[in-house]
Amino acid sequence: MREIWTMVHGMGFGALFLLFFSGAIFELYRATSGTALQTTPNQRRWLEIYLFGMAALAWLTVLTGAYVIYPWYRAVPPAGTTNLALFSQRLLLANPGTAGWHSIGMEWKEYVAWFAPIAMTMVAVVYRKYGDQLRNHRQMRTALLSFVCVAFLSAAIAGFFGAMLARVAPVQGGRTLQLMRQPQ
Amino acid sequence: MNPWGKANETKTNGSASAALLASGIGCFTLAALAFAADKSAALKLQLIFYRPTGPLSGVTSVALAIWIILWLVLDGRWKNRSIALGRITQISISLLVLALLLTFPPFADLLPPH
Repeated sequence: MREIWTMVHGMGFGALFLLFFSGAIFELYRATSGTALQTTPNQRRWLEIYLFGMAALAWLTVLTGAYVIYPWYRAVPPAGTTNLALFSQRLLLANPGTAGWHSIGMEWKEYVAWFAPIAMTMVAVVYRKYGDQLRNHRQMRTALLSFVCVAFLSAAIAGFFGAMLARVAPVQGGRTLQLMRQPQ
Repeated sequence: MNPWGKANETKTNGSASAALLASGIGCFTLAALAFAADKSAALKLQLIFYRPTGPLSGVTSVALAIWIILWLVLDGRWKNRSIALGRITQISISLLVLALLLTFPPFADLLPPH
């Protein structure tokens, strides 16, 4: 169950959000650039769906991360526990060589990731309201593109540390997920 | 009229300004609360809204509530007005950069506890 949720959170919602980024920045720039041709209502609707889809992915990523996976990560082991494999945070902190993955990686990731859904929701709502008129508001367009970039940066930071933490101290307790067995 | 039969009425930039400023303040509030909770054990306890998630639950819930309420209030006040968007953009992006820095633990550790 832990492996599945970790994959849904990171490889599903989080990775999809990062993959959608280049499309969002390109389409947003193209559709609102001063030299662009008029977009059709259909094109506008698809870009709205795309941006709201990205916002939804960002929300799903942070909510599954905070309320499904993070409680497993920070679980406190019962007194006397010697095998910390299922207690990722304690496992990392038990060794000075890996403590930084928690004190820098997880502590940054757990908060910075939330900038992505906030920024993408704002961008999607403003595009829905203004649409093609963004080409008449150059500063507004620049601000929106900057927020999309910050959303990407924060998701990329969270994604990088998430991927590294999953290698160093996986929440499923270090078992390997074997895809194929070598023939005997 | 545009080619799709809709009037080309130019909207004021008030709604966009409200959205930009609220999201900048929302992100900064989240970072500031995370920083404050890290420095104050009492606040950290107060921000535990859901025990398995710890203070992250309170920090994010409070920041999201402030973001949404501020957005609604500013939009209500500014939606029919033209705002100095350049200044709003500068403030919002500065808050966003500060928020990014404040959530970075080595930077937050450089700052004094109070």
